[in-house]
Amino acid sequence: MSANTAATVDFSAFVTPRPDGACEMQLAVEGVHCAGCMSKIERALNALPGVANARLNFTNRRLIVGWRKGEIEPGAIVARLEEIGYRAHPFARAAENEEAREAAFLLRCLAVAGFAAMNVMLLSVSVWSGNFTDITPETRDFFHWLSALIALPAAAYAGRPFYRSAFHALRRRALNMDVPISLGVLLALGLSLFETATSATHAYFDSAVMLLFFLLAGRYLDLMMRKKTRAMAGNLSALKGELAHRLEGGRMVTVPVVALQQHDEILVQPGERIPADGTLLAGTSEIDASLVTGETARKRVQPGEMVYGGSLNFDGALTLRITATGERSLLGEVERLLEVANARKSAYLRLADRAAQLYAPMVHVTAALTLLGWLALGAGWHASIVTAITVLIITCPCALALAVPAVQVVATGALFRSGVLLFSGDALERLAEADTVVFDKTGTLTLPEPRLVNAREVAPDLLAIAARLALASRHPLAKAVARECADRRPYSGVIEHPGQGVSAMIDGVETRLGSTDFCNVALPSADEAEGSSVIAFRHGDRTAILKVRQALRADAAAVVRALMVRGFDVRILSGDRNEAVAEVAAALGVADWRGEIKPAEKIAALEELRAQGRRVLMVGDGLNDAPALAAASVSLSPITAADLTQAQADAVFLGEKLQPVLDCVDLSHRARQLLRENLWLAVLYNTIAVPLAIAGLATPLIAALAMSGSSILVTLNAFRAGRARSFKQTQPTSDAAAMIPIRACH
Amino acid sequence: MNVLVYLVPIALGLGLIGLAAFFWSLKNRQYDDLEGAALRMLSDEDLRE
Repeated sequence: MSANTAATVDFSAFVTPRPDGACEMQLAVEGVHCAGCMSKIERALNALPGVANARLNFTNRRLIVGWRKGEIEPGAIVARLEEIGYRAHPFARAAENEEAREAAFLLRCLAVAGFAAMNVMLLSVSVWSGNFTDITPETRDFFHWLSALIALPAAAYAGRPFYRSAFHALRRRALNMDVPISLGVLLALGLSLFETATSATHAYFDSAVMLLFFLLAGRYLDLMMRKKTRAMAGNLSALKGELAHRLEGGRMVTVPVVALQQHDEILVQPGERIPADGTLLAGTSEIDASLVTGETARKRVQPGEMVYGGSLNFDGALTLRITATGERSLLGEVERLLEVANARKSAYLRLADRAAQLYAPMVHVTAALTLLGWLALGAGWHASIVTAITVLIITCPCALALAVPAVQVVATGALFRSGVLLFSGDALERLAEADTVVFDKTGTLTLPEPRLVNAREVAPDLLAIAARLALASRHPLAKAVARECADRRPYSGVIEHPGQGVSAMIDGVETRLGSTDFCNVALPSADEAEGSSVIAFRHGDRTAILKVRQALRADAAAVVRALMVRGFDVRILSGDRNEAVAEVAAALGVADWRGEIKPAEKIAALEELRAQGRRVLMVGDGLNDAPALAAASVSLSPITAADLTQAQADAVFLGEKLQPVLDCVDLSHRARQLLRENLWLAVLYNTIAVPLAIAGLATPLIAALAMSGSSILVTLNAFRAGRARSFKQTQPTSDAAAMIPIRACH
Repeated sequence: MNVLVYLVPIALGLGLIGLAAFFWSLKNRQYDDLEGAALRMLSDEDLRE
């Protein structure tokens, strides 16, 4: 999208009216690296006539622009950004508002809990030290009542996230970690209030609010990490900036793809992706549906045929009418299969919740036994109940509940830095359990776009000219050749011959790039072509044959081998032709592969694996992979995947390498090990603290020390996930580098 | 220990002022762009006018 086209795009679908009558639009901006970029952008936009305000959020790389209605078109704003060197695209922000509200709520709870914890602790420390010296019972009671005054409203306010979740779990007749937490907090407060009223020495207000503070901190960090990855993924998908040409009464209007509606007539030019499913009205062309079906061979389409959104248009301009998802269309089938797969998918029971199901009854039984034991020993009702409740307070699973989010935050952060955006919280746990990896071929093991494969066989000077000439062509195969080009200036006076190629006079020599006929070069035999598409090149008397094909990702073989070494069963399931799949499988050393399979068969294959008791990690990108991703126990997809497919994946990886898949697997194992260590730390803490509590020796001071000590210990342990030596950080690739902050601008 | 009668309310009052200030800053969207705020102070644009 060049600056000129941006100005004419109709972005009205993204504009939201403001209460004061102005308009507002949010944009994702690419390439913002430093303070300079920020002020450059804001200055440029604020100088535009009609713009009321422009503010760039550096944390999530989003720009909010407001303008007075009618004084400037939104397209002009995007065009101005392009002019000063930043690619930007507006996006709708509905989905993330919910998360922002949730984050603000948690932060408010955290602040209240923090305030209460500090003040109550101040009072408690006075009481503790006073108990050893000369505190009078009146002063102690005064301090206890004061603590109650702070702690009760604070706990009522800040504990809501836990009470709510515990209540929901109990209503479903299930137990989660929030049940013992809520119970512990409420009992601690209740007991303390009773003790205060009866002028007793001990009260546990400090433990209750401090517990809430620690747990809220863990949850808030967890949510923020997820918010960050989600915002980044949102930016990346907005910056794809897909545009379509809509025909309105014969006039062509460029609109964002999301603004397209059913029955719209659209024009798809050569080299563009078809933006939506539709019926072809006019034009014939070859299309590449590999993003949709995994099929790499191109197909010729005629008017009247149905084409799928996401296919790449090769030679001819196509006019099509957008249709509803027909029952018979591929998308219809994929959506049907998705429903089935999602319905059949059992909810994954998280490690922490599994621990809670074991832990909660055990704790409650121990407390009951303590009560009965002390009663049997003749300790009296009051003392027995107090001891039993102390057991419940001290076993309140603070460390246990922090153990999981702490590791998750650190691990998600480490993955984020190596170019993996992890969406679902429990995906790390599911990743660590996977024992089989199923890859899709097209776009996953191979690069999403075709590449020139015989660059080394062509004379370097000849290749340089060919590549620079290819810059002028929009043909997808020419783009592969243009990639080889170091000099990004296209030649002037290039003539495009539709369906044949491009030509130009270069240094007074006639130069042509295109079909073999067009360049008058002998067509290589099928053997020589090795299944590639062939482009011919002629520069005066010198000629070359350029072979372009879907190439494997550079590190695909190494990653597959590394996965096998780690004991994974690696398989390939592809919608592409058998010969094409066989070749890739052979190159990677994968023995178990299947080609030419439909989405339903992919699911069937995964079901079969599951029936054998395997846990499958599915890596795929095509629309045809979406149901399989949903059916697998955990799934990954490259950022180039179809939108519907990405929505089904647990994580998305950036860049041109397959390495992130290996990083994910390695880090998930590391995270699981740390999780287990953390859970054992929590158990260790309990084995020390619980006997003390049962014996009636746990004073509030011991409770406070033990509970915060164990929380800090598990948190510190979790930090090891980020700098594990076994986890080698890969260099962020181009996509990732653009989105991840680098402090200086070049 | 009569000093407690006014020291304790003062201590609590200060704490509550801090809490109120935090809520104000949260509502005022001060935490929406933490990284940007650190960089904005480097810009001299506000000096020229």
